[in-house]
Amino acid sequence: MPTPLLQVRNLTTRFNTERGQVTAVDQVSFHIDPGETLAIVGESGSGKSVTALSVMRLIPTPPGRIETGEAMFEGEDLFKLDDAGIRAVRGNKIAMIFQEPMSSLNPALTVGLQVAEPVNLHRGLPWGKAMELAKELLGRVRIPDAASRLASYPHQYSGGMRQRVMIAMALACQPRLIIADEPTTALDVTVQAQILDLLKELTRETGSSLLLITHDLGVVARYADRVAVMYGGRIVETAPARELYKNPRHPYTLGLMASVPRLDGAAGRPLVPIDGQPPDLAQLPPGCAFSPRCRSVSDVCQTNRPPLVAVSDMHFKACFNA
Amino acid sequence: MPEINGAAGPIRMDAAAKSDELLRVEDLAVHFPLTKGILIQRRVATIKAVDGVSFALKRGDTLGLVGESGCGKSTTGLAILRMLEPTAGRIVFEGEDITTHGKERMRPIRRRMQMVYQDPYGSLNPRMKVRDIIGEPLEVHGLAGDPVAYRQRVDELIALVGLLPDMAARYPHEFSGGQRQRIGIARALALNPSLVICDEPVSALDVSIQAQVVNLFMELQERLQLAYIFIAHNLAVVRHISDRIAVMYLGRIVEVARRDELYQRPLHPYTQALLAAIPVADPEVEARRPRAIVTGEVPSALRPPSGCRFHPRCPRAMDKCKTIDPPLTDLGGGRAAACHLHTSTA
Repeated sequence: MPTPLLQVRNLTTRFNTERGQVTAVDQVSFHIDPGETLAIVGESGSGKSVTALSVMRLIPTPPGRIETGEAMFEGEDLFKLDDAGIRAVRGNKIAMIFQEPMSSLNPALTVGLQVAEPVNLHRGLPWGKAMELAKELLGRVRIPDAASRLASYPHQYSGGMRQRVMIAMALACQPRLIIADEPTTALDVTVQAQILDLLKELTRETGSSLLLITHDLGVVARYADRVAVMYGGRIVETAPARELYKNPRHPYTLGLMASVPRLDGAAGRPLVPIDGQPPDLAQLPPGCAFSPRCRSVSDVCQTNRPPLVAVSDMHFKACFNA
Repeated sequence: MPEINGAAGPIRMDAAAKSDELLRVEDLAVHFPLTKGILIQRRVATIKAVDGVSFALKRGDTLGLVGESGCGKSTTGLAILRMLEPTAGRIVFEGEDITTHGKERMRPIRRRMQMVYQDPYGSLNPRMKVRDIIGEPLEVHGLAGDPVAYRQRVDELIALVGLLPDMAARYPHEFSGGQRQRIGIARALALNPSLVICDEPVSALDVSIQAQVVNLFMELQERLQLAYIFIAHNLAVVRHISDRIAVMYLGRIVEVARRDELYQRPLHPYTQALLAAIPVADPEVEARRPRAIVTGEVPSALRPPSGCRFHPRCPRAMDKCKTIDPPLTDLGGGRAAACHLHTSTA
C-alpha cells in the first residue's frame, strides 16, 4: 500500500451559532493516495465542504474552530502549521477550486495577473516570466487565444471559461492535491462535462490527487476512484467507487441511490424517497444521525453512535444493522 | 412578420385529437428590446429569448421542457401564463385564444393555469402564515366563501400535499426546502387548475428530498388529472415525470418526442450531446457510455449564430448548417426535429 498523500484523522470542526454550538464535522477520518481521486458525497449540511475547508485551514475563526484531529500531508500536520506555514502550502502544494468562479476571482484584476500571482508568490518567478507561464497555463486549460485573453477581466469570460481560469490557477504551482468543491454545480450540463473531463485529464497528466466534493452521484460514478459518503457531519460509508455502487451497505447510501432518477433504468415508476427531512446539525440525535429517517433502525441506533467498521478490505460502513 | 421556424409538425398532427387538447402554442416568440440611454431610450438590439416555439399539450399529460440556461424554457412558461407579453404567435388554452387577453379577461383563465416556482425560499411571503399563503388565491378570486368553508378547503389542500394540519398556523421559515415546495404546490392547486407550469421545481432541493416532491407531483397528477409543463435542466428528473419532452436551444425547440423514444434514440445532435453529458450513477455503466462530444458554451441570445443555431458546437455540422436554418420537421410517430440530418428537403 502506498503512503497516503493526505491522512486526516479524527477531524472535528465546530461553529458557534445563535442556536448554540454546532458540530459540522464530527470525528472524520479519511486518506487520499497519490494520484487518486476521492469523492466526498453528501447533501447540504453533511459537512463535506467544511471538511475541505478544514484541511485548507480556511475555517473562519471565530465562529468556527477545528477542535480535534490531524491532517498529515507530506510528513507535516497541516493543523499544527503557523500562518506562514499554511500559506506556503495553500495554492502551492494544495490548491482549491470553488463552486462559484465569479466570486473566487478578483473582478478588478486581469485574468493573466491572477493566474501569474501564485507562481510569483510561491516560486518567486519574476512577473514577466510568471505571465509567460500564465499564458501557457491558459492554453493547457484550452482557453482559445490565450495570449490575447491574458489582459481580459473575469467579467469578460463566460462561466465555463472562468472555471477554466480557476483550474489554471490551481495548476500553476503543480500542486500534489487539488480540492474541488462542487466545481461545476453552477454550470450548464454540457459545460459541466467539459470542465470535469479537463480536470480529470490534467490531474492524470500531472499525477496529482483530486478531492472532489459533490452532491451528484452521477459525477461520482464517472470521475471518482474512491468515495466517502457523509451525513450529519460524519462519514457513514466509504469504499472504492465500483464497490460502493455495486454493494452499498449503509441505509443512507442505499436510500440515495434509490431516490435519484437515472437516465437509464425504468422511468415513470415512483422513486423511493428517503423519508423525513435533512438533519438539523444543532439538534442531532445522540446515536446515529440518520436514525430518524432510517428504515432499518433499531434500539441501539438511538443511543449509540455506530463506528466505521470494515465490510471488506477497503469498504467501511458506520451502521449497526446493515 | 419575420420568418419563424417550427410552424409545421407536432401541432398539425395533434389536430385530430383536438377534443382532449388542453393547450396549443403556435409560433410563440418573446423578444426583449435592449435599450441604451436614460432619458431618450434607443433600441440597440433585440434579445430573442423565445423565437418560434410550437407545441400542444393534452389534458392530464406532462410535457417536459429541457435545455441549458438561456434556451428560453422559463420564458416560454411565463409567456403561456401571460406574465410576459408574447411578441408573436398564438396561445390557445382550453379552446380559447388567450394571446391578446387583457388583465380582466385573463383573471378567470388564471384559475385554470397555475405556476410552481423554483425557489421555495423566495416564492413564499415570509410574513404570512402557511394558511394564508395557501388560501390567498381563493381570496384573490373571490372564492373564499364563508370562513368555515375557507378553512376546510385550506385544510384539505394541506393534507393533499402531505403536510400536517398543525402546520397551517406556522410561518415559512419554520419549514425545510421540501416542505416549502409542498406549500407552493398547495397554493397552486387551491383553484383547481387544469394546467400547472412547474419551473425547475426540484432543482433547489437536496437529492433525498427531490424524490419526495417528484413523487408528489406524479401522485397529484393521477388524482386531479393535472397537466404539467415541467421545466427543468435535469434530464433524469424530466424523463421520470414526462410523457413527451421538448428540447430547447437558444429560443427554439430542436427536438420533440415521446419520452422513451427521446432517451433511447435521440435524433438531434444537441439532444445526443445533452444526454451524453449527464453522468449515470453507476461506474460500470459510465465506463461503457459515450462521452460528451460538444465543445464550447451556449452563445449569447443577443447574437445567435447564423443558420442552425447549434452549428458552431455541433460535431456533425455540414456546410448548409451555417446558412440554412432547419425548420422543426415532423418525422412521424409524434416526433419532430430541427436538423438537416433528419430533413430530406432543404
